[in-house]
Order: sequence, then structure tokens, then C-alpha cells
Amino acid sequence: MMRLLALIFLLGCFCPAHNAGAEPQPYFYPFVNPYEATVMELPKAFEAKLPEEIPAREFTLRVFPKREIPGVFWYENGLVCSIARQNHRAPLIFVIAGTGANHDTPRMKKLQKAFYQGGFHVISITSPTHMDFVVNASAGLPGDSLDDANDLYRVMKLAYEKVRDKIDVSGFALTGYSLGAFNAAFVAKLDEEEKRFNFSKVLLINPPVSLYDSVSALDQLLVDNVPGGMGKFDPWFRSVFAEFASVTKGMEPGGLSGEFLYNTYKRLPPSEEKLAALIGLTFRMSAANMIFTADVMNGGGYIIPKNAKLTATTSLTRYAIVSFNTRFIDYFNEWFLPSIQAKEPGLTRQALLERMSLRSIEPYLKSAGKIGLVHNEDDIILAPGDIGYLQEVFGDRARIFPTGGHMGNMFHPDVVTAMIGFLTGKEDGHGNNP
Amino acid sequence: MGIIHERRSLAMITLPALLFLCGCSTLPEVAPGTPPPKRTFESTVKGDKPQMLDVSDSMEGFNRGTYRYNYYFDEYFMRPVVRTYEFIMPDYAEDRVSGAIDNIGDVGNFTNNLLQLKFKAAGITLGRVLVNSTAGVAGLWDPASKWGLERHPEDFGQTLGHYGAGNGSYIVLPILGPSNVRDTAGLVAGTAAFNLVGPAAWVNDSAINTAYTATSSVDKRHRIPFRYRQTGSPFEYDLLRMLYTMQRENDVAN
Repeated sequence: MMRLLALIFLLGCFCPAHNAGAEPQPYFYPFVNPYEATVMELPKAFEAKLPEEIPAREFTLRVFPKREIPGVFWYENGLVCSIARQNHRAPLIFVIAGTGANHDTPRMKKLQKAFYQGGFHVISITSPTHMDFVVNASAGLPGDSLDDANDLYRVMKLAYEKVRDKIDVSGFALTGYSLGAFNAAFVAKLDEEEKRFNFSKVLLINPPVSLYDSVSALDQLLVDNVPGGMGKFDPWFRSVFAEFASVTKGMEPGGLSGEFLYNTYKRLPPSEEKLAALIGLTFRMSAANMIFTADVMNGGGYIIPKNAKLTATTSLTRYAIVSFNTRFIDYFNEWFLPSIQAKEPGLTRQALLERMSLRSIEPYLKSAGKIGLVHNEDDIILAPGDIGYLQEVFGDRARIFPTGGHMGNMFHPDVVTAMIGFLTGKEDGHGNNP
Repeated sequence: MGIIHERRSLAMITLPALLFLCGCSTLPEVAPGTPPPKRTFESTVKGDKPQMLDVSDSMEGFNRGTYRYNYYFDEYFMRPVVRTYEFIMPDYAEDRVSGAIDNIGDVGNFTNNLLQLKFKAAGITLGRVLVNSTAGVAGLWDPASKWGLERHPEDFGQTLGHYGAGNGSYIVLPILGPSNVRDTAGLVAGTAAFNLVGPAAWVNDSAINTAYTATSSVDKRHRIPFRYRQTGSPFEYDLLRMLYTMQRENDVAN
């Protein structure tokens, strides 16, 4: 059962790792369907080679030491980050996780290994949309590009203070994937003003162009692909559950590897609609987690009554049902926009939407030679025309792969080489001393 | 659902103590006169059809408290023990231990297949026990599976379900985790049977039985990839409850 649980909930969190192969070959990716590419892990044969173990350890930040954590989040006790340290002078890179991901998801761990192997000290940071971050480190509502950047910047400064005595740092770099890449762009811009890190390189991995468009598209994947519509969600989910259970029943327990998912998939090829719906579902759940958590931390009024006291034994079932039935768009329209408008009178809906888009910092992105981009032409979070736009903005600092879906190819050797190559300023991607 | 463990008796001892520790109030405290939130259950969920997440849970306050207790137990005791076990033991040896424990568990599977009149599965299971206990050296290896004799896991909870017993309310057992009234009854009966007529009764040596109990507990945790908080969701309790219930309904139906 736990495997199934993990399968459903971590659908978006699988990904492999590795290092360039010995001989250059044309880019080849085995999944040409973008939904497949997004969900499936690269078969081992196609993965870049990453170290088995690296010297990584966790540390905890008390971002707001006086903040009282509500009893319902009894398991929260500070924001956990992790660092992988080189034993010599090296640049430090911050990695920001994508939507709903924390610092130690499989994908974040593999990125940490990839950048460590590329010669960096690596600090991994949980997404501002993850419950842990919202409880411990968000100053307000998550989702606004500027507020999230401020929250992240505060965390990065504290994280560096915490470890600076133990590492010898030659410079700073910044990266993130998906929403984390989007966040990274805004943090980079903030750093231009505050100059705390003076990042020498910033790499955006599969960012959305417009946050609102991307999350709407992801949510629509669920709405459009549950047969009979969302009113039929329960029977649909039960049937998917039964199908997976029938395939996984006879399998040996032993972890939820990508290999496991791949084998399950091979034995029971889900339809494209099913894959799309599951991607949408994963996203909907991340959004629900964030919305509920933000509501509790901001005193309620949206899903829970104002100032309701929720403890470790309070039933959350009804709030869970409401949260899972709330789209990001609902959150935006009903709560987020009015809250921001209350703080910034005169701010229009359109202006806020623009602020939540890379377009709002286009001149900066165009002129900043230190910011690079890795993306895929068939990424499912992009709207039509977005890839052309990104190519135009980033020019030769953009590396666009033809296939790979949304981050499915992140640990393809060519992608890893491109990432490390840009960050170290070396074409072959193996520089140790950028 | 695997093997029956004597550590369950530990659970039965801690259970009453926990009942006192955990409050049973499950509704949030709200100041009088507080307006309802913008999105209420009534305004969001159309119609009155039953919700998948809304599983019968009459002791919810206690269950959520136990869930928290289990999290700490797992985090600070069980997983460190399992990590040590995994550090000391080569993977190959871990798999042999799992095999031996599964082999003993097949005795229970045989009984329950028989009780459910699944004679073919019972026959296969009996064949497995015979082959694996001999050619497989007490189950250290599993030649039976290679010969096409697949496992047919059935426990007493499934047997009760087979004869029409409903789930009953959801229960989180201390240390053991998700269950329900029917499965808990099955567990108690299964444990009693195991102690009376199972391998525990064949070997009248408490040291060996204790070693078996400890090893099987560690092996079981070693084989479950679940980690608390891995969902990253404030609704992990609700999600687990739903998935456990669906899984067991599936198990009973098949």
C-alpha cells in the first residue's frame, strides 16, 4: 500500500542522475510523448552517472524565532535545509526546489549530487510552496513572485550564515527547477539590489513563463482528463487505484525506485489521459497542501474559520476535502488577489498577473549575461509561443532540448553537461573551478 | 498484510495508556460569533454523495494522537534500529532473512486461504512451505516462486471480510499503524492462533520467540518504504486512512 501511496503522491518527484558518456552522441530521449516523458524516469542506460554517496547533511533554520507554530503542525520544528560540502575552496550554489517539493525529494538529492560532482558546495532549499516553508519561513501568502523571492533570500542568507565557518567559498551561484527556476530569476534580480551574494551564474531549469498560465494548465490536465468530469473523480480514482494495486501486488517491496515505476508502467501502460490526469492530480494536491497551510498560518478565513484553533487531534477531513476541491485559480481570485490588493491598494488583477510572469523582469533577463536557461520544447507547463519567447530573451544562453517533457530529462547526460557547463563556464561541463 | 508479530502484544499494553494521553476532541475551537470561512464544505462539495476521504473514524481524536505517537516511535526508535540493521547486514543477508520470515508467514496464509475455501491457493501455499522449508533451507531461499508457486498472502482480517464482515471504524494502532475494527479483530485472533498452534508453539523457548519477534519487526519495517511526512501534506493522516481503507477493500475482494 505504501508503494502505491508513494507512487501517487510522488509521481512528479522521480528522476535519475548522471554524467556525460565518453563519446558524444546526438541527443536521444526515449519518451517522445511529453506526458510520458514527464512521469517516467530515464531508464538506467540513459542516465548520467552521479556519485552514490556525497557528504551531505541537514541543518535547521529558525527563520522567525518568535513565531508560534500552531499545534496542527506539531511535526514542524524549523526549516530543514541540506548542504553538501567540498573539502576545498569552491563556489557555493543554492538550489531551489519546484512546486510542493522539499529539500530532500529524490530530484533535489540528485541535483545536489550533480552540482557537487560539478565542483560546487551545494545548499538545497525547500520550495516556498511546500508546507514546511510556509509554516517556518513565509512572511505572508505564498505565490507572489516578489514576496517569495524575499522569503527565499532571507532563508539563503541565514543558511549561508549557518554554514559559512565550515566552508571555503570562492563565489556564489543559484539555480532551481520548475517553479524554483522562476523563483531563482526573481531572487537573482533582488540580489542585484541587495548585493549579498553577487551571483556569478544563475541557471533556470524548466521555468514557467507565466506562473498563472502554467498552474492553470496543470490543473486543467486533471479537470480535462478525468472521464466524466470532476464529479466522477472518486470512481475514477478508485479504478486507477485498483489497477495499480493489481499490478503491484505481486511485486517485492523494497522502495519506490524509478525502476519500480518503469516496471509498473511496462506491465500496465496507462493511457495518455491517465498520465495527464495523474500529473494534474499531483499538482492539485501540492496546491491544496499549500493553500490550507497558508490559511492556518495567516489566521484563517479562507478554508478554516478565522482564528480557529487546530491541534494535533483536530479532524482535518472536511478541510482536506475542501482544499482538494480548490483550484489554484480559486485561491488566486478569491483570496490571494484581494489580500494583495488590501496591502497594495490600486493594484489591478492584470498588474498582479504580470508580476507573476518572467515578462515582468524581461529587460533584466535579457541584459544579465550570467543568467542561463535549460528547457524542453515539449514541456507541458509552457503555453504556445513560450519557447520562442524564452529563446528570444535568453539568446545563446538558452539550451533547448527537443524532447523531455517537464523535467523528465533532467538527468540525461546531455542535460547535466549543459547545466554544469553553463554554471562553470566550461563547455564540457566538468570544470572544478569556475 | 504480512506476518503476525508478537510486538502487537506490546501495542495492546500501550494502548490504554495512550487513550488517557490523547484528547478525543476533534472539532476545532472557534470563538463564538466567528463568521464561516469563504469556502465551506457545504459550498464547495455539491450534493451529499459520500466523499472518498470521509472514512468512518469514530475515535478520530485518539487515532490522530496515536498517529503522532507512531511518528515519534518510528523516527526515534524504529528507523534508527532499521538503519543499523541495514548498515550491518549485507543486502543479500537481508533478503535471506525476509525469505525465512515470509516462509513462516506462509503458514498463516495457508490457514486463511483454507478458511476462505480458496483450495487452489491453499494448495499452492502448502507447496511453497514444503519446497521452501526443504529445498529453500527454511525459507532462506524461495525456489517455490521460481517453480511458479506464487505467494497468496491472506490474513485473518481478509478472511473475516470474505465472510461479509464490514470494515468497522478506522483505528490507528500504537506502533502497528493503520487498521480498522475488523482487521484488529483479525489481528488479535491471528496472533492468538499463531501463539497457540503456529511456529511459536513448536519452539518452546522464549528467547528464540523473542528473537523471532524482534527480527520480524525489523524486517517488516525494512521492507516498507513508507516514511512519515513524505507526502509533504498536512492531510497525511487523511490520505493514509483513505488509501488503507481502499487497499483493504481490494485485498478482501481479491
